Amino acid sequence: MFDVVLLISLLLLTLSILVGLYRVIKGPSMPDRVYALDLIGINMIALIAVFSIYMRSTAYLEAVLLLGILAFIGTVAFAKYIERGVAIERNDD
Amino acid sequence: MNVTTIEVIVSVLVLFGVILALISAFGLVRLPDVYTRSHAATKSATLGVLVTLTGAFMFFGLEEGFFSIRLVLGIVFVFLTAPVAGHLVCRAAYRSGVPLDKRTVQDDLEPILGTQEERQAENKERHRRPHS
Repeated sequence: MFDVVLLISLLLLTLSILVGLYRVIKGPSMPDRVYALDLIGINMIALIAVFSIYMRSTAYLEAVLLLGILAFIGTVAFAKYIERGVAIERNDD
Repeated sequence: MNVTTIEVIVSVLVLFGVILALISAFGLVRLPDVYTRSHAATKSATLGVLVTLTGAFMFFGLEEGFFSIRLVLGIVFVFLTAPVAGHLVCRAAYRSGVPLDKRTVQDDLEPILGTQEERQAENKERHRRPHS
């Protein structure tokens, strides 16, 4: 029973990632796509957590922390690129 | 606690979080413009992930006796950074001149930052000469 609940959770998370992928492809503006990518990253964190419960293994839990950091840094870099035109500004004046 | 009680608690937490994540994904598709979509993409998705990670933490802590410090760090990090990232993207969207939905009735920032066409033209100019 517990495993069935976890499998259903994995299925629903995959569905929500696919729905986010629709917004990445269709998104009328650049920030829409960044939001959808952020949502995909956050859903992948939940996916890895549920998968590690399903496998009864703690080996995947490093990936939770890594994906959280990478999703945040990627979103911040995209936001800065949209607003400023560059992700890393030069200060050589 | 015996094993089945733990499994019931973890199942409820995981299912609740996953359903929240699914609702926020559908909100990302159904809502009309980028500013309303930001609500769906940041708030409810963050809560869903936090509840799911808490379920995983309780599973490994109670059933296997493994206190996972990485999971605690992941929970704290997602809780701190997801709203910040959402705010940054929303700010970038407004300043780069993404249009609001047609049904919007009030825009208090417009007298300060300029109309949507002005912001869009300014952003295009900034992208053309980025290091000025």
